[in-house]
Amino acid sequence: MRFRLKEGGRIDRTQRLRFTFNGQSYEGFAGDTLASALIANGTHLTSRSFKYHRPRGILTAGAEEPSALVQLGEGARTEPNLRATQVELYDGLTATGVNAWPSANCDFAAWTGRFAPLFPAGFYYKTFLWPASFWKSLYEPVIRRMAGLGRAPEAPDPDSYDKMNVHCDVLVVGGGPAGIAAALAAGEAGARVLLVDEQAALGGALLGLRHHVDGADGAAWAEAAANRLATMPEVRVLTRTTLFGYYDHNSLSALERRTDHLGPRAPAGTGRQRLWHIKAGRVVLATGAHERPLVFADNDRPGVMLASAAQRYVNHYAALPGERAVLFTNNDAAYEAAHDIVEAGGTVGAVVDCRPEPAAPLAPALKQAGVPLHIGSVIAATHGTKRVRSVTVAKLGEGGGPSSEQYRIYCDSVLASGGWNPAVHLFSQSAGKLAFEEARGIFLPGQATQAVEVTGAANGSFGLAGCLAEGAAAGARAAQAAGFGDGTAPPIPSSDAPEPGAITPYWLAPGQKPVGHGKAKHMVDHQDDVTAADIRLAAREGFRSVEHVKRYTTVGMGTDQGKTANVNGLAILADALGKTVPEVGFTTYRPPYTPVTFGALAGRDTGPLMDPLRRTAMHEWHEAEGAVFEPVGQWHRPWWYPKPGEDNHAAVARECRAVRDAVGILDASTLGKIDIKGPDAATLLDMIYTNAFSTLKVGRVRYGLMCGDDGMVFDDGTTARLGENHYLMTTTTGNAAHVLEWLEEWLQTEWPELKVYCTSVTEQWATVALAGPKARDVLAALAPDMALDTDSFPFMSVKEGTVAGVDARVFRISFTGELSFEINVPWHHGRHLWEALMEAGAAHGIAPYGTEAMHVLRAERGFIIVGQETDGTTTPHDLGMDWIVSKKKPDFLGKRAWSREDTRRDDRKQLVGILTDDPGTVLPEGTQLVDRPGRPPLPMIGHVTSSYASPALGRSIALALVKGGRGRKGETVHAAPESGFVPCKITEPVFYDSEGAKRDG
Amino acid sequence: MLWIDCPWCGPRPETEFRYGGEAHIARPEPAATDDAAWADYLFMRTNPKGVHAERWMHREGCRRWFNALRDTVSNDVVAIYPMGAPRPDASGDEAGDD
Repeated sequence: MRFRLKEGGRIDRTQRLRFTFNGQSYEGFAGDTLASALIANGTHLTSRSFKYHRPRGILTAGAEEPSALVQLGEGARTEPNLRATQVELYDGLTATGVNAWPSANCDFAAWTGRFAPLFPAGFYYKTFLWPASFWKSLYEPVIRRMAGLGRAPEAPDPDSYDKMNVHCDVLVVGGGPAGIAAALAAGEAGARVLLVDEQAALGGALLGLRHHVDGADGAAWAEAAANRLATMPEVRVLTRTTLFGYYDHNSLSALERRTDHLGPRAPAGTGRQRLWHIKAGRVVLATGAHERPLVFADNDRPGVMLASAAQRYVNHYAALPGERAVLFTNNDAAYEAAHDIVEAGGTVGAVVDCRPEPAAPLAPALKQAGVPLHIGSVIAATHGTKRVRSVTVAKLGEGGGPSSEQYRIYCDSVLASGGWNPAVHLFSQSAGKLAFEEARGIFLPGQATQAVEVTGAANGSFGLAGCLAEGAAAGARAAQAAGFGDGTAPPIPSSDAPEPGAITPYWLAPGQKPVGHGKAKHMVDHQDDVTAADIRLAAREGFRSVEHVKRYTTVGMGTDQGKTANVNGLAILADALGKTVPEVGFTTYRPPYTPVTFGALAGRDTGPLMDPLRRTAMHEWHEAEGAVFEPVGQWHRPWWYPKPGEDNHAAVARECRAVRDAVGILDASTLGKIDIKGPDAATLLDMIYTNAFSTLKVGRVRYGLMCGDDGMVFDDGTTARLGENHYLMTTTTGNAAHVLEWLEEWLQTEWPELKVYCTSVTEQWATVALAGPKARDVLAALAPDMALDTDSFPFMSVKEGTVAGVDARVFRISFTGELSFEINVPWHHGRHLWEALMEAGAAHGIAPYGTEAMHVLRAERGFIIVGQETDGTTTPHDLGMDWIVSKKKPDFLGKRAWSREDTRRDDRKQLVGILTDDPGTVLPEGTQLVDRPGRPPLPMIGHVTSSYASPALGRSIALALVKGGRGRKGETVHAAPESGFVPCKITEPVFYDSEGAKRDG
Repeated sequence: MLWIDCPWCGPRPETEFRYGGEAHIARPEPAATDDAAWADYLFMRTNPKGVHAERWMHREGCRRWFNALRDTVSNDVVAIYPMGAPRPDASGDEAGDD
């Protein structure tokens, strides 16, 4: 730790920590970040840049870091693109810089920098365009491998994450001097306060400064304040917590890192991170400010960093940025960084100030310490490869260009300061408007949209005294607005920091050659490798909108969202367009403020907890029989029941044959069941269904189609009339909740005068479908008191009685074409009924069948499945189901739409059957149909909706929607699966027992 | 995340609700409605910048439908009123002023 100071700083020198970076072993101290430990060891080179693979180092000391991105850890716990400046050091930490192969030190792809002219702004719109086939196979894969940042872990995340929901009166974001003052004021007023801060301890910028508050060292004052806040029962402080999203109605989200700083010593059983959903009465944003880099030639060389970052490394982490630093500034405040380095025993080679007549209060002291001042000068070049070795300082001449008066100054670090940008990201996310202040060249919070106030440096108050006073006042006001206290701020603590002093905005320092000429790059966006020349190019090419320039050059589009780049880029664009900054406008900040792991967003809602799983009463029986399950909505339904040695085709074919030849049994419990009661129940159903239900006799069942008022089919099912004012509706499995909502919506919004109750009873009744020529024999054995002959129990009727000793409703309906009974019993008797039927049916060769066999059987019979034969643009007429559309009812949902021009077209897609000329070919569902083979593009005339191998027919069958299909029966068309064109014939959409001879057994 | 003051259950987060689109679109008498007017009823909706009358349903709660006036710029919910009630006067310019 060559650059570690012997004393000072806020690190714990008694705890040495070993870590590995880019394959090399280092030591650091507890309290270090990865970045500060590297700097203490003299390592600035961390990674390679996104596009040109230029060597990159540590630019900042905080959340705004654009370039020192690292891949932390290995295996399942590896995490890409973390900012080294925010990674707290722990013993055994391993990390590598991103985007470098084999290493940041010796990067194979650095040759891309030499071809930089090939990769200007928007290069992907201009180069690598031909031949077209090369893009997918060569250019894109190679470019993606070389660009991109870190690698995502490939193994499942071994950590656990939690979510918290919290309400507070006052949320204070940021634990610097302003935030602490606000939290103290609001807390003392009695409000329920939540204070969140991203650092390990409260103090914010104070931790990197040498100033005093109330006579104490700034960090000590912050610690005392934290202790005071801890005594307030209504105040909660979350450190290591980043507030990353500010949404509507003062809903905010924060990410708390609970164990990341402990590395392998994280206690078992503690969730790694917590996602906090916060609902706040008032929000006080005390988010501070980010120092703005200066844009000068080759300003991205490792060793170049922000002045405040160097100051923080010295004061907080007791690490000097190098042997000899040069300060480059346009403002007085940055002199303090040079001063602190000198005070700490470091060497400052020169101060370069671009202003012609600066009057920084600290200038005399630096001069006295032997630091030469170059005023009216800029750094026109940096030299070195993987670390800056010297800089060329040029006196500015007339017109702002470099004069011939130039000096070469040896240094191994450059501290650059272009002033400060208030951190208005969260305010902008809250839909607050930003206002540009010309004098300091900064965006300030303007008109707020939500109950929020911005205070301290985030509001442009860069002095410590102002932060403390403004913060306390904001906290007291917020508490008062929430009903606590009278809005009077508590006494303001004293402080000894000087005012920030003067600044002259300076956006682009000239190099030795004009910008964009020669090899030097004026880097604006360090993460996305966007230079001043790129932005000027975009302006020359005609881009005017800042939003377009952003997307074209990618400035500000990295994981850092341009925290260091945006304002500089905007000012350079404004200059190139000859406009002012406010005229050009500003891009909108969006969540998240810093990246959030997917694990935290998922929380515990992963694996089986991601979505509830619904099981029927017979589920365990199906599992024991080895059923393969199909997810249908949240249900798991048996798909087929393979016997040993059977594949899915064999199992489905056997199940189909059992139903056609003997008897099969299906768990139909998942069908939606809605109990509809009330004197107006019949009136409601007459409006909802296309056919009439008021004319249905008690004890009878009718199949119905439901349409929207646009005339399109959206559900179907059978409904039984159980009493004069009592119906039982069934719906498709996946649509049950939607249909219930549909009924409720019409009842509450359009027909509130109807007296009807609708209740979901899906999970009150277990349902077993017994289908096949032997179905009656099997049921008779279990329901000796029930008359089952066709006259006593005709098709489409319902009976109540006793089956297998339990109360049951039995419906004579059929979805297979075979004689069929659907037996409903109370849910908890479902398994009993199922087993009783299996036992009674054993002698008849009963076989359980799954949803796949059910689909094959219904398709053979030409029964549709809503959502498969329909897609929301299909009318009953398209399906050839005119027979179910009432001609007598004056009005029902859908009716009016069928006389619209579009629904009367002859060339609408209509349901037909499709038989391939080769009976062995089973077309994939979704296959497009064309009139004749040819080279695409070809006019598409329809598509296959259902397609199966039919055991009953011994060949393939398919249903399809074909334009004008009903008039084309017998014609040959061609299906176009990926394998080539398949000739087939259009037929009737019924393949089996079209007379319905089998339904009575 | 919007917070919506359900008239039956109190303020609840948006995720408990179903959005029901524009309010005050009564189903016209089909026989007395020509094709254009029927298409207008089916498909055409206003999209104001400013105060918008819309329907919500508290799906995860009381399952009751109600109307709300929401400012589409600020997302402020400025009024909540029952189905069938006329649209109340809301402060704010319906056309939006910014």
